[in-house]
Amino acid sequence: MTRVRPSTPRRLALLVIAAAFAIPACGGGGAKGGKSSKTVIQNKGSDTMVNVAQVWAEEYRKAAPDVEVEVSGGGSGVGIAALLKGAVDIANASRDLKMSEAEQAVKNTGKLPAGYNVGADALAVYVHKDNPMSEITLVQLTDLYAEGGKVTRWSELGVTIPGVKDDTIVRVSRQSSSGTYEFFREHALGNRDFRLGSRDLNGSKEVVELVGTTPTAIGYSGMGYATASVKMLKVAPKAGAPAVAPTIAAVHDKSYPLARSLHVYTLGEPKGAVKAYIDWILSPAGQKVVEDAGYVPVAAAPPKP
Amino acid sequence: MSAEPRARTARAVRPRAAVLAEKALEAVIRLSGVSAIVFVAAIFFFVLREAAPVLFSEGFSLKQFLFSTEWYPTSATNVRYGTFALTVGTVSVTALAMVLAVPFGLGAAIFLSEFCSPRVRETLKVVIELLSAIPSVVWGFVGLTVMSKLIVSATGAPVGVNVLNGGIILALMSVPVIVSIGEDALKAVPDSFREAGVALGATRWQLVYRVLLPAAKNGLLAAVLLGVGRAVGETMAVLMATGHAVHIPGSLLDSVRTLTANIAAELGEAPSGSDHYRVLFLTGTLLFLITLVVNLTADFVVRGIRRK
Repeated sequence: MTRVRPSTPRRLALLVIAAAFAIPACGGGGAKGGKSSKTVIQNKGSDTMVNVAQVWAEEYRKAAPDVEVEVSGGGSGVGIAALLKGAVDIANASRDLKMSEAEQAVKNTGKLPAGYNVGADALAVYVHKDNPMSEITLVQLTDLYAEGGKVTRWSELGVTIPGVKDDTIVRVSRQSSSGTYEFFREHALGNRDFRLGSRDLNGSKEVVELVGTTPTAIGYSGMGYATASVKMLKVAPKAGAPAVAPTIAAVHDKSYPLARSLHVYTLGEPKGAVKAYIDWILSPAGQKVVEDAGYVPVAAAPPKP
Repeated sequence: MSAEPRARTARAVRPRAAVLAEKALEAVIRLSGVSAIVFVAAIFFFVLREAAPVLFSEGFSLKQFLFSTEWYPTSATNVRYGTFALTVGTVSVTALAMVLAVPFGLGAAIFLSEFCSPRVRETLKVVIELLSAIPSVVWGFVGLTVMSKLIVSATGAPVGVNVLNGGIILALMSVPVIVSIGEDALKAVPDSFREAGVALGATRWQLVYRVLLPAAKNGLLAAVLLGVGRAVGETMAVLMATGHAVHIPGSLLDSVRTLTANIAAELGEAPSGSDHYRVLFLTGTLLFLITLVVNLTADFVVRGIRRK
């Protein structure tokens, strides 16, 4: 007993010391190897573009194995805010950069953000697949979504939804940091404010999911997020005008009223790995990803006005 | 005070180093005691400092902030910062959570401390502690997927993310807090109280109702308050489970947005230093004041009971 007692703590102490050395040794080695061989590009922003951006990052790993692109969503506003702080290299945005944001960037970093048009999207208006409605006008959308609008029930739009007792319209919207939210406000509501009380969800996919499980819901989201349980409405600028479905062709000829460009922004003109990445995004390989995700590639889209 | 003379004799006997060490230790302990006050004051100060400039900005009115239901922080035409609907959202979800959690929590605490066998108690305590170890984002996930479907099929509501969903999730999150603190409070009642009660011929129920609950009321109130604090401050779970609609709820099946969820959802995009950013910090101050009022009220209530 007396022999064992003093030796046990000593042995333990030795073990602890050995472990303390061993752990940073392994960890340090790994991190060092990673740092020297890989360039990391931070990419953040639009939820509409996050799926495309993730596929870009994966595909680009095949083209340039020494570059790691880290992608996260959060909304166009979140991505741009991070870019202005210098926290990310590339911000994805489904809306144009605002003047105030460009000024903020110059104030913070002394650099003017540079923007690239990397694709186009039609903002689709979704309803549940059992909803008999097939088209909607921008005026109706304003009555539904904008502050002061009076429409609260499907019967007021002349729509009867089968198997539903309470036909109160469940308005699905996006959180205010979303580029989709701002685009919809500007182009569908004529910059009027949203009526309060809509369900403000945190992602493009969530909107389509909620509409898909709620027969009385209506929502808006990128056309790439369509599923079998929802229906995309044709949109007409006003009553009597022809309603247009959100298709690639309609985005090209600008007949669809809610079409928009997708952008990536960098602080100042991009250099090195960031420039190579953006060039790759604009190349046929990068644009194929845009098309596969259900959006409109930039090469085929009309040039930016 | 009674330690004074003893310390004086100790100084005469002990070497100087030991006396100094004791003094130092005492100072450290005193510092840790005071530090809580310092931290609370510092947090309040820094949050208020970020918020304060907006109070004097011309586009802002305190009356609108507190009593308007119109929350339009990013409007292109008419920016309005009214948080009343958000405050009502927080209060309604918390109130529902407490209506559900207090009876269950205190009931479970009484059962654990008075009625069950030691073996059952050990198992139950482990399970309840496990319940409190579930991260809030997981609770939010349960609310968003499992609970919302249950609510839709049980009530026929169009959307399952609402006050009811958030209230149930928050109740599940605060029950473990109420149970563990409540059980400790009941355990702290001296056994002599129980023995006296039994000697007077009280049944077990009479013993709990007439003797233990009055004796442990301070601790039980603290348990409930910590539960309220958990519910008011919870962010992630309510963000996911309440539907995030700026709306004064008319029924349990309406969606709401809480003060915490609103901060979490919007602080990331608000440019630092903008009015929107500062108003969000002011919302944080408002949350802080709400919990302060709850705690102070409870404190006064406890003192009132004590005086009787």
